[in-house]
Amino acid sequence: MSEVNQEATQEAAQVAEVKAQPKVFYSEIVENGLWKQNPGLVQLLGLCPTLAMTVSLVNGFSLGVMTAVVMAASNASVAPIRQWVPTEIRIPVFILIIAALVTIIDLSMHAYLQSLHAVLGIFIPLIVTNCIVLARVEAFAAKNPVVPSALDGFMMGFGLALVLATLGGVREIIGKGTLFSGIDLVFGPSAKSMILTIIPDYHGFLLAILPPGAFIGLASLIATRNWLAQRKAAREASAPASATLIAH
Amino acid sequence: MNPTILKHAVKTAWVMIAFTIVSTLGLAIIYHSTKTPISKAEAEVRMRLFGQILPTDLYDNDLLQDAIKQPVGGDLGNRDETMIHRARLKGEPAAVILEATAPDGYSGDIKLLVAIKATGEIVGVRVLDHKETPGLGDYIDIAHSDWIKNFDAQSLEKTNDDAWFVKKDGGQFDFTTGATITPRAVIKAVHKVLKFYQAHQQAIFETASGQPLAQ
Repeated sequence: MSEVNQEATQEAAQVAEVKAQPKVFYSEIVENGLWKQNPGLVQLLGLCPTLAMTVSLVNGFSLGVMTAVVMAASNASVAPIRQWVPTEIRIPVFILIIAALVTIIDLSMHAYLQSLHAVLGIFIPLIVTNCIVLARVEAFAAKNPVVPSALDGFMMGFGLALVLATLGGVREIIGKGTLFSGIDLVFGPSAKSMILTIIPDYHGFLLAILPPGAFIGLASLIATRNWLAQRKAAREASAPASATLIAH
Repeated sequence: MNPTILKHAVKTAWVMIAFTIVSTLGLAIIYHSTKTPISKAEAEVRMRLFGQILPTDLYDNDLLQDAIKQPVGGDLGNRDETMIHRARLKGEPAAVILEATAPDGYSGDIKLLVAIKATGEIVGVRVLDHKETPGLGDYIDIAHSDWIKNFDAQSLEKTNDDAWFVKKDGGQFDFTTGATITPRAVIKAVHKVLKFYQAHQQAIFETASGQPLAQ
C-alpha cells in the first residue's frame, strides 16, 4: 500500500519539477545557439564532422543544416514525452529516438537527394554520434516544452552550420580557389554557373584541404571568436555609465 | 529483492520496450515507402554513369536488365560480385560495360567502369572510386582532368601489349610527374579488362541474363 503511495508521490514530484521550470526567452535561445554557446566554437562538440566535412562551403553547410534538422526533430520528439521517460533509461531512449530520426532522414535523402547523399556519405548516419544532439536533448528538451526545445535544437544546429560553412568556405578558397563548388549536387546541374572562381589559374594549397588545414582553420575561428567576445566584454566593462549588465 | 525495486524495474523495462516497438514500426514504414524511390534513384545514377561512357545511339536494349553476373576476383579483380551489362543494337551485340578493380593504386583499390564495343575497341573508361591523394594522383578522376580519355578508342590491335605502360616505363601513355603509381595501376587494369573481353567475348553475349558468366 505504502509503496504505491511512494511511487505516486515520486511521479507527482517529477511532473511538478518539469512544470516548474522558469520560462526561457526565445531571444536567449537564439543567442545561445548562434554565439554564446555555439557548438562548434564554444562547446566544441561534434568536432569529427566539423573537421572532416568542411572541404568546401556547400559540403559543410549541407551537413550543418542536416544536423540542425535532426536536432530540431529530436528535441521536438523528446519534449512532449519527457514526463514518461524514467530517469534510469533516459539515455537509451533518447539515443533510440535520435537514431530512428537520423535513419529516416538518411533513407529520405537516399531516395530524393541522391547526389548530395553520395557526397555526404557516411557522415549522415554519423550525426547520431554527434555529442551535440544528445547533449541538447538531455540538457534542454528533457526539461522544457516543445516549442522552445525545437527552437533550441534548430538554433544550436544552425550555429554549428554557420561554423561549418565559414570553415568550409575558408578552406575551399585557400585550398582550391573556388567558392560554392558542389552546389550543382544540391540544386541540379543548372546551378553549376553559380560556382565562383575566386583565384583563377590556382594550383591549390593542398594543406588547406587535408586534416591539418582543418585543425588550423578551426583553431583560428575559435581564437577569433574569443577575441571578439573579450573585446566586447572589455568595452562594456569600461562603460559603466550605460546600465547594461556585463555579458559573459 | 525488495518488491518495490522489482516492480519499478519491470515498469521501466516495459517503457523501454514500448519505445522500441514504436521506433521500429516507424522505421519499418519509412523503409518500405522509400524502397522503390531508392532503387529508382540508384538506377538513374547508374544509367547516367553509363551514359557518360556509352552513347545511347549505339544500343536499343535495357542495359540494366540485360546483365550477367561476374564473380569476385579473377582477371577483373573485383572485391564483390559485379554485373556485366550487354548492349545490343537490333538484337546484335553492340558493346559491353564491365567493372574492374585495380588493387595497386597508391592508396589502395581503384574501381573502374569500362565500356568496350563488340569489336574490342574501348568506348570509354571512368574511375568510380579511389583513395588517391587529392592534388596528386586524383587526376585519373574525370572531375579533375581529362587523362582518363586517353583510353577512348584504344584496343589491343591499336596498341601492342608492350606499349600498355606509362611513357616512363617504355609505353605510350601519358602521366603526370610525381604521380606515376596511380596511372600505372589504371593502365594495367584496363589492359587486363581488354584481355578478359578478348578471352570471353562469346560467353559474355551468350550467357542468359541474371546468370553468372559461363566459364
